[in-house]
Amino acid sequence: MSTNSNTIISLPDQKTARIPKMNYLSKENGLLSWLLTGDHKRIAILYLISITFFFFIGGALAGLIRLELLTPQSDLMATDTYNKVFTMHGVIMIFLFLVPSVPATLGNFFIPMMLGAKDLALPKINLLSWYLYLAGGILVITTMVTGGVDTGWTFTTPLSTHYVNTNVLTTGLAVFIAGFSSIFTGLNFIVTIHKMRCPGMTWFRMPLFVWAHYAASILMVLGTPVLAIAVVLLALERTVGIGIFDPTKGGDPLLFQHLFWFYSHPAVYIMILPGMGVISETISTFSRKRIFGYTAVAFSSVAIAVFGFFVWAHHMFIMGISNYAMLVFSLLTMLVAVPSAIKIFNWTFTLYKGSITFETPMLYSFGFMGLFTIGGLTGVFLGSSGTDIHLTETYFIVAHFHFVMVGGMLMAFLAGIHFWWPKMTGRMYPEKISQLAAVVTFIGFNFTFFPQFILGMLGMPRRYAAYPPEFQVLNVFSTAGATILGVGYLLPILYLTWSLKYGEIAGDNPWQATGLEWQTQSPPLTENFLVTPIMDHEAYDYEWLDEQKAKEVASVG
Amino acid sequence: MSDSTAIAPGAPEAAHHDHPPYQRHHFETVEQQADATNFAMWLFLLTEIMFFGGLFTAYLIYRNWYYPAFVEASHQLNIFWGTANTAVLISSSFTMAMGVWCAETRRRSGLVLCLVLTFLLGLVFLGIKSIEYSEKIEKHHVPGFHYSVSAFIDPQSDPEIYKEYHDKPMPLDMARHTELYFFLYFAMTGMHALHMIIGIAILGFMIFKARAGAYTAGHVTFVENFGLYWHFVDIVWIFLFPLLYLISRHAN
Repeated sequence: MSTNSNTIISLPDQKTARIPKMNYLSKENGLLSWLLTGDHKRIAILYLISITFFFFIGGALAGLIRLELLTPQSDLMATDTYNKVFTMHGVIMIFLFLVPSVPATLGNFFIPMMLGAKDLALPKINLLSWYLYLAGGILVITTMVTGGVDTGWTFTTPLSTHYVNTNVLTTGLAVFIAGFSSIFTGLNFIVTIHKMRCPGMTWFRMPLFVWAHYAASILMVLGTPVLAIAVVLLALERTVGIGIFDPTKGGDPLLFQHLFWFYSHPAVYIMILPGMGVISETISTFSRKRIFGYTAVAFSSVAIAVFGFFVWAHHMFIMGISNYAMLVFSLLTMLVAVPSAIKIFNWTFTLYKGSITFETPMLYSFGFMGLFTIGGLTGVFLGSSGTDIHLTETYFIVAHFHFVMVGGMLMAFLAGIHFWWPKMTGRMYPEKISQLAAVVTFIGFNFTFFPQFILGMLGMPRRYAAYPPEFQVLNVFSTAGATILGVGYLLPILYLTWSLKYGEIAGDNPWQATGLEWQTQSPPLTENFLVTPIMDHEAYDYEWLDEQKAKEVASVG
Repeated sequence: MSDSTAIAPGAPEAAHHDHPPYQRHHFETVEQQADATNFAMWLFLLTEIMFFGGLFTAYLIYRNWYYPAFVEASHQLNIFWGTANTAVLISSSFTMAMGVWCAETRRRSGLVLCLVLTFLLGLVFLGIKSIEYSEKIEKHHVPGFHYSVSAFIDPQSDPEIYKEYHDKPMPLDMARHTELYFFLYFAMTGMHALHMIIGIAILGFMIFKARAGAYTAGHVTFVENFGLYWHFVDIVWIFLFPLLYLISRHAN
C-alpha cells in the first residue's frame, strides 16, 4: 500500500496481484460473443471503441479546418470543400461523439453497477441501440466518401431543402437512425434507474452520476423524437416538395428551426449533463468529501433538463422571431445559468477543506470546471439578445460552444475514462504521462479556442474558408493550439492501449472511492456482484468506507 | 485482457434457482421484469407522442395562418369513411383489450380469436384508408404531385362537395395553401397508417405464438405492451379524426 500522502492511489502488491480469472471480458471469447452480447459492460466497450473511431475522424476534419484557416486565402481546399469539411466535423462530433460519449460508454457500464443491478433493464434494446449507432455512423462515413454535405450540421432551411445539391438526404437519414440509438439509451437508463435499484438504494442515495444521467435521459427521450420528425419533414420537403418549409407555398422555413432547436438545444444538455455527473464523482473522490449540497446538485441536473426545453429560440434571435419572443427566451436562457452555477459552486465548496490530491482524473476535472465556467458565462452574453445580435455567426459562438463541448464535455469524458479505466480493464493507466497529457490538453485547448473569442469580438464570421488578413495572427495561434491539442488527445490513446497489457494491476478499489461499482472486483463479473448489494449508507460516505476497510483487515488478520 | 486467458474450469454460472423460463436473469423477480418492461413501453409511447407532436404543432400553426384554406380543404375529406374508420379502430381496440384479458385469464382460443379479429379490423382500416387516398389521387389533391387547386378557386367545378357546403371561391393566394392542409393530412394519417402496418405485422407474429400457447402460461407482458401500443395508435386517430375531418365541417 502506498504511504505517499500526495496520492490516494492504493494498489495491491504487484508481485502477488492477479487480474481475476473470471470477469466479463474473459467469460466468453470470440467475435460473436461480443457482437451478440447483452452485457451492458461489453456493449459499453463496443461503444467506447466505435466512439473513439468517430472521434478521430471528426478530429482529423477539425485539423483540416484549422490548417485551412492558417492563411487568410482559401488555399488548402476549395471553399465548397471547406463547407463540407466543417459540416462533417459538426455532424460527426455532435451526433456520433458528444451525444453518446459519456452516456453510452461510462453510463452504460456504471449505471447498473452504481445501482447494484446486474444489467440495464433492457439488454437487447441496449445492443440494438449500439447497432443503430453503428448504422448511423457508417451512413455518415458513406455520405462523406460519396461527396459529403455542406449545409452545416444544423441543416438550415431553405438552404438544405432548395439550394444545395449535396447528400442532405443520407445525412438526414443517418441522424434519424443515430437519434433512435440515443432514444433507446435514454429509455433504458430511465427504466433502469426507476426499477432496478438494489435494496436500500433510495433516490437520494444514488451517486450524482446517476442523477445527471437521469436528467440527460429525460432530454433524450423527449427531445430526440422531435428531431426525428423534423428530419423526416425535411426529407419530404426536399424530395417531394410538400411545402411545409417552403415560403413560396406558404410554408415557413423557421418552423424547421423551431423543431430542430427544440431538440438541438436540449441536446447540448444531453452532452454536458453526463459530463457533470462524472465531475461530481471525481471531485468527491479526490477531495475525500461528500459532495457539498448533494440534493441541490441532484436537483440542479433536473432543473437544467427542464429549463433546457424552454430556451431553444435563443438560437434564432437574428432569424426574425418577434421582440417579445426574444425577451422571454432571453430571460429563460439566463435562468439556465442558475442550476449550472449551483453545480460549479457546490463542487468548489466540496473542495474547501477537502484532502485534495491531483491524480489525472482530478486534473481533467479542474480543467472542466474552469473551461466550463468560461463557456457557460459567455453563454450568458449570447443569451442577452443585444450582444447576441452582434456576436452570433461569428467565431465568438464557435469559441463559446467549444469551451462547453470540448473544454467541458471532452475534459469530463477523459476524466471519466481515466477514473474508471482501472475498473473497466483491471489495470492502471500510467500516472505521470497521463498527468502530462491532461496539462497538454488544457494548454492546447486554451491556445486553440481563446483566440477565437477575440476573433469573434472583432467580427470574424464563422463558416468561411477565407478571412481578412488582419485576423491571421490570432488564427495562427488557434491552429498552433489545435496541434498541441491533437497531441493531447493522441497521448491517451497510446498509453491507455499500452496499459491494457503493461499497466499495474489495479485491484478492486484503487481510489478508495465509495461507489458500489468499486466494491466489487475489477474487471467486474458478468453479473457485476456475487450477491445483490444492500445500500445501507448515503452516497459518498467515506466513514462507511473506512469502517468497511477496518472490518476487512480484522477478518483477514 | 492478457491475464485472463485461462478460464477457471467449472466456475459456477450465476445460480439459476427456480424461476420461470421467461424470467430474464438480470431481474430479481418476475414482477420486477413485468414492471420494468411495462414502464419502458409507456416511455416509448411518450417518445411517440413527441414524434407526432411535431406534426400537430405544424398543423396548429398553419391552421391558424390559413384558416379559410384549411376549412375548404377539409370539406374534401369523406366523412362517411372517416367515421367508419373511427368505428373500426375503436372496435379493434376493444378486441385487443379482450385479447389482453384472455391472455391474463389463460384462454388460449379466446386470445387467438381476439388477435385475429384485431388483425382483420386493422386491415379493414387500412383498406378504407386506401379508398380515401385514391379519391385524393383522382382529384389531384396529393401535395407535390400535380397538385390542383381548381376545386378551391372554383368550388362549383366539384359539384358533389359544392352541393353540400356551398363553399365560396377562394383567391389563388389562399387556395394554394390547401396544399399544406393536404400535406399535413397525408403526413399525419400516413404516419398513423405506418404505425398500423407495423402493429399488424407484430399481430401476425403474435397470432402464431398465441396458437402455440406462448402467452397463456402466465407471461403476458408482451401482449399487454402490444395492447398499449395498439391503444396508443388508436388514440392518435381519435385526435386526427376531429382535427382533420370534423372541426371545420359546417356549411357556410
